Amino acid sequence: MTTETVPAPGTAPVDGEALLQVDALVKHFPIRQGLLQRQIGAVRAVDGVAFTVRAGETLGVVGESGCGKTTTGRLLVRLLEPTAGSIRFEGRDITHLSTGAMRPLRRDIQMIFQDPYSSLNPRHTVGTIVGAPFRLQGVKTEHGVKKAVQELLELCGLSPEHYNRYPHEFSGGQRQRIGIARALALRPKLIVADEPVSALDVSIQAQVVNLLDDLQGELGLTYVIIAHDLSVVRHVSDRVAVMYLGKVVELGGRDSLYHAPLHPYTVALMSAVPVPDPKRKQQRERILLTGDVPSPVNPPPACRFHTRCWKAQEICRQVEPPLRELRSGHLVACHFPENEPSPG
Amino acid sequence: MKRPHLRTGTGTVTAGEGPPDSAFLSVRDLRIHFDTDDGLVRAVDGLTFRLDRGRALGIVGESGSGKSVTSLGIMGLHRSGRARVTGEVWLDGEELVNADPERVRQLRGRKMAMIFQDPLTAMHPFYSIGRQITEAYRVHHPDVHRKQAHERAVEMLARVGIPQPDKRVDDYPHQFSGGMRQRAMIAMALVNDPDLLIADEPTTALDVTVQAQILDLIRDLQRETGSAVVIITHDLGVVAEIADDILVMYAGRCMEHGPAEQVFSRPQHPYTWGLLASMPRINRERQDRLLPIEGNPPSLIRVPPGCPFHPRCRYALLTDGRSNTEVPPLVPVDADDPDHTVACHLTPEDRQRIFSEDVAPGL
Repeated sequence: MTTETVPAPGTAPVDGEALLQVDALVKHFPIRQGLLQRQIGAVRAVDGVAFTVRAGETLGVVGESGCGKTTTGRLLVRLLEPTAGSIRFEGRDITHLSTGAMRPLRRDIQMIFQDPYSSLNPRHTVGTIVGAPFRLQGVKTEHGVKKAVQELLELCGLSPEHYNRYPHEFSGGQRQRIGIARALALRPKLIVADEPVSALDVSIQAQVVNLLDDLQGELGLTYVIIAHDLSVVRHVSDRVAVMYLGKVVELGGRDSLYHAPLHPYTVALMSAVPVPDPKRKQQRERILLTGDVPSPVNPPPACRFHTRCWKAQEICRQVEPPLRELRSGHLVACHFPENEPSPG
Repeated sequence: MKRPHLRTGTGTVTAGEGPPDSAFLSVRDLRIHFDTDDGLVRAVDGLTFRLDRGRALGIVGESGSGKSVTSLGIMGLHRSGRARVTGEVWLDGEELVNADPERVRQLRGRKMAMIFQDPLTAMHPFYSIGRQITEAYRVHHPDVHRKQAHERAVEMLARVGIPQPDKRVDDYPHQFSGGMRQRAMIAMALVNDPDLLIADEPTTALDVTVQAQILDLIRDLQRETGSAVVIITHDLGVVAEIADDILVMYAGRCMEHGPAEQVFSRPQHPYTWGLLASMPRINRERQDRLLPIEGNPPSLIRVPPGCPFHPRCRYALLTDGRSNTEVPPLVPVDADDPDHTVACHLTPEDRQRIFSEDVAPGL
């Protein structure tokens, strides 16, 4: 049991340094069948993902449902055991740490969940929920847990009087603030947020996005924000990773990626986002992808996007394109990228 | 095409005797209240609008604004239980709220049909897609032979773009992907060629690329059949994509109503401004901050007096307290623009000034 006081006086990460490094990360969920429960296949949810998260930045992860973004998030906080690959946090390999060995690290890595209704125990008061990390980690606070919790509630835009209330007494936006307060309790370095605002109404969504932004500035947090909404990701991220069927197909700085996306999938994804301006309806060119995302049980060979891609050639069916850097800090896995910078 | 009238009443229209006008769908002073142990929930409180054939109306609002309750009210799906529905709904010259439930049942599915948000829960998991479509068809065409109905189901699946419809017709809902299920539900809704199609959040559960496909499909089918469409959504982007007219709802009432171009280029209500400003947009450079609407939507049991939006409105102080006490009537924005109506106590001059100085730069 540790007896440190909060905030923990750990070494503050230096901005721009790699906080989290993910390399060739794989997660396959086995499909079993029959009397002997023999494995007959696997859902290849995450299939070789690599990226680095730098201290102080926000990495946005976008993709359609079934692309493996949530699984990736859960692997990062080690709620799931990776099948292969490595995760390094502050230079230390945490890929296969046991639950016990992982526990001290939970102070530094926290998660915010999508659904503020199911992620809070309905039978616990807000005080118990937000105070749980202190109890679980055996952290002593200067003025007692109650005071610390009340400070956290205030930090997240709730009132300290909410301490004794239950989750059902709060609206969706307020519940999400409770979830954020809980994640912040032990002053983590990295927060993985899985669809933090997708369950909220637009006017409330903006409040929570601003709160996350303020907290990042105040506490020097690093975020990995997973979302399907490209507009939200554009607003919150410094860098963006686009996922398709378990792979990162494009990774780059926000402005570079949104101004001139390289991967045809990113181009199509962005063109499909409805824009609240009826005048633009006629002007813009929309690329309609046909069909659905193929099943991750049996993903297409080589480039996984070739079945829906309008630029697909024979090579796309034969050779998997590597993730290569076409612009400074902007990587893409495609044989025939869009908006390619002219050589020289 | 001559643009139809959109003029809406003041929200206190007196009950008329006959069909109010030539509009295909005319909703007048619709109120839907629910008795609960905590009090009376005023889910819809005096809604008035009209819609012509060939037009698409987008009803926008946050959760709890009464938009889904409105659609179920038009479909006559509130009859049983504790709902109290008053007002008038005229569909092609027939009044539905006070009509015989049996008559409404005959119209439902045939004259008006609905697409729900979640096709997995709206479809029966136990019956094949084809059987469910066939059933919807044969209810209204009892003389049709089973085989003909089956052919009709295949034809409908083909029309909504399902590959190999003759094979997929025997599949069960769980064998379809989300987008295909939504297509199948559209096929089911359209099997009787309804004149009014109500789509309640038809694309909310779908990914953007599939959402684009479904919106295109709804638009094409509307063009083909000339039916009237009501789209209910919380996403202003979806509305801009598909709607001719927009109705912004808040706390069960209409805040602003008008042609889509007008509402997006010259929005008049502070709530509409708030919605537009709080959305992050893909086509916009990052700003430092989003501009949220402060506070939370009100409880429909204790709707604030006066303008229901006043506790969250930044400009309520400019109305000399009228916003806190007096319900603002829905009135035309100005004489040049009679179709664009707004329920707000701010003077047109104030609105114009606030919009151009405060709001427009942030959009």
